[in-house]
Amino acid sequence: MPLYLNDEQQMLRDTARDFVAEHAPPAHLRQLRDANDTNGFSRDLWKQFAEMGLTGILIPEADNGLGLGHVEAGIVLEEIGRNLSPSPFLTTAVAAVEALKSTPHAPRWFPGILAGETVAALAIDESPKHNGRIAMQAERAGNGFRLTGAKRFVAHGHVADLILVAAKTDRGTTLFAVPNDAKGLTATPERLADSSLASHLAFEAVEVDADAVIGEVDQGGTLLARLLAAGRTGASAELLGVGGGAMDLTNAYLKERKQFGVPIGSFQALQHRAAHLYSEMEVARAAVLKAQQRLDSGQDASEAVAVAKAMSGLATTLAVQEGIQMHGGIGMTDEYDIGFYMKRARALAELFGDANFHADSLAQAAGY
Amino acid sequence: MNQDLDQFRQETRAWLEANCPPSMRLPLRSEKDATWGGRNPIYAHPDQKLWMERMGARGWTVPDWPKEYGGGGLSAAETKILREEMAAIRARNPLNSFGISMLGPALLKYGTEEQKLEHLPKIARGEIRWCQGYSEPNAGSDLAGLQTSAEDAGDHFIVNGQKVWTSYADQADWIFCLVRTDKTSKQGGISFLLFDMASEGVSTKPILLISGNSPFCETFFDDVKVPKSNLLGELNKGWDVAKYLLGHEREMISNMGAGGIDPLVEAARKGVDPILRGQIALFQVRARAFAAMSERFIDELKAGRAHPAQPSMMKYYGTELNKIRHELLMAAGGSDALEWESEASIHGAAARAWLRTKANSIEGGTSEIQLNIIAKRILDLPS
Ligand SMILES: Cc1cc2nc3c(=O)[nH]c(=O)nc-3n(C[C@H](O)[C@H](O)[C@H](O)COP(=O)(O)OP(=O)(O)OC[C@H]3O[C@@H](n4cnc5c(N)ncnc54)[C@H](O)[C@@H]3O)c2cc1C
Repeated sequence: MPLYLNDEQQMLRDTARDFVAEHAPPAHLRQLRDANDTNGFSRDLWKQFAEMGLTGILIPEADNGLGLGHVEAGIVLEEIGRNLSPSPFLTTAVAAVEALKSTPHAPRWFPGILAGETVAALAIDESPKHNGRIAMQAERAGNGFRLTGAKRFVAHGHVADLILVAAKTDRGTTLFAVPNDAKGLTATPERLADSSLASHLAFEAVEVDADAVIGEVDQGGTLLARLLAAGRTGASAELLGVGGGAMDLTNAYLKERKQFGVPIGSFQALQHRAAHLYSEMEVARAAVLKAQQRLDSGQDASEAVAVAKAMSGLATTLAVQEGIQMHGGIGMTDEYDIGFYMKRARALAELFGDANFHADSLAQAAGY
Repeated sequence: MNQDLDQFRQETRAWLEANCPPSMRLPLRSEKDATWGGRNPIYAHPDQKLWMERMGARGWTVPDWPKEYGGGGLSAAETKILREEMAAIRARNPLNSFGISMLGPALLKYGTEEQKLEHLPKIARGEIRWCQGYSEPNAGSDLAGLQTSAEDAGDHFIVNGQKVWTSYADQADWIFCLVRTDKTSKQGGISFLLFDMASEGVSTKPILLISGNSPFCETFFDDVKVPKSNLLGELNKGWDVAKYLLGHEREMISNMGAGGIDPLVEAARKGVDPILRGQIALFQVRARAFAAMSERFIDELKAGRAHPAQPSMMKYYGTELNKIRHELLMAAGGSDALEWESEASIHGAAARAWLRTKANSIEGGTSEIQLNIIAKRILDLPS
């Protein structure tokens, strides 16, 4: 498989680019924020994603989805990133679908996702840094389990219809599908720097039936790994979009803004930084595509995924930092969009492990 | 199609297994272990000759060149498989050659049929070693400012002038050389000449480098007679050939940053402080990502989809990365890595390699020049 988008994928990209730019440009995020919207995203927009078939991008054709892969999901996510569109696409259509795929939960949740009615949230992290440690306990109780503990940084946690929860069981990790109205579950949404909402979830003896278990009891590690690989790769693609969007804004500004009677883009000090940034973004793009292709081909992708998440985090962080600096004073104003890019980049860089976390995982895998 | 490729892979694997000498599957210990061929070849080990000749006979020193010019006639997919299979057994490059990585592509594009038939097969088999006569004392980054002149003398040119930083000029058999054939136009007055270094009037003087080696030279031309049939491309249009060749040179140099971070990982395994460990791990992220970029770049190039200025990005990123890699290797090695002549340090291999990498972002056009090119030609920033 050559490491570039084929013709069909490029067509999908053009479609996704037009669709997202039209329906959810940065102005959409600004509107939601200014209205102090408490959902965190627009249900209407999610419906439109469904009408385009996009919510079923990773759902197998046998389950009425498009049956496409992570490359295609990434194409959509990149446009979401470029437009800073608040959307449950990553959690629902990518990470949750990947975890539910070919389990008995698929027929229960896929129709709602395909219809743009169901939103999923991922309850994975328990501390401010993603570290893979799970303290939440799930004890056997009645004909099911009792969940006790807390999760944080759960995007859409307060509005999701379905919450995927990772918990400790006797001999391993188990993944649960918990409905939002479960007794004893409370979600406290907090507004984050990027205007999105992420919840603290408290589980006080939340009882779920045995059939809430996704896959097998104690065997959730594999599913969780699948969910995380999809989530991390997806977040990397969204990061590319954020970084690319910031870079495009900045390059346009370099051509248009004049000082000393010439466009500032003619100054070599800025040209070199713009060219360096371009190089970092291109390298990140290759790393992300590599991870997507490996996931789609079923090869071991753990290293490629770690590289993709770390590299896209590094490159996009540079893109937004350079973006603000090269915009000068206007870059610091709320009115101008570049600041929104900086905020979203930080949130995505943190999601499912930052660059240091993934670099550390590479080092451990290499034995140092 | 895939079945054919599978079969090609099987056959290639078997052939390499049978023909690549075990000593050629060990990493190079120093620059002297590299095979360059030429009229007066120097081999640190007899297996180098064997390996070069076996690969040359199959055209696999230049797998994707046409067979009639000494190449292997392989498709892009087959070439990729050959490279993968060579990497799998850590086979050494059978032949290092400016003929392969620089002049060859330019000859294929701009050469006459006679020129191709005369030069390409010899390049493929490592019989003639080439050097590059581009830079002059007053024409480095501003290469088109070169002054070495070639005067029309009927059926030949008379070349006079001086080149500098000519890598391996003292060991090369032939030179590809930029000369001025018209003083009234800067870029439009340059021509591209090929000539024998044994021609009367050519002399070289090695220059000692900070790495303790002296691979490059000052090169002097004093009334050198060059037949007109040795002009590559059209008269006064040599700048096009020069730029095309530079694209390939940059591509070659960029490869140095890709893959092969094993020595660094090995050093880290022996134990380094946590801060250095973190730096190495973050470097590993970039190195792996760049390996993916190299793969993407080659795939795009083969499919004709790469931006023509993309080699500048590859050259810039790959060479800066390679410098960081060697800084980290030196840091991980500590005082061991500083030993300059001891047997244990393989005669200062680490330190000499570290110093050599400092040239990566200078040779073939400096990093600053690559950034200028990216800014202007890819990002379209104003002048
Ligand atoms: C190991 C090695 C091998 C080489 N082999 C060969 C060879 O075989 N044949 C050959 O012909 N040449 C060879 N070269 C020469 C090489 O191509 C030149 O050294 C290179 O192009 C830089 O030119 P210069 O050394 O004159 O530096 P200069 O052009 O004098 O540059 C000095 C500094 O100024 C910067 N600079 C110059 N112009 C600009 C600008 N417009 N914008 C910003 N910064 C600028 C440069 O980036 C550099 O940092 C080799 C060089 C090395 C180091």
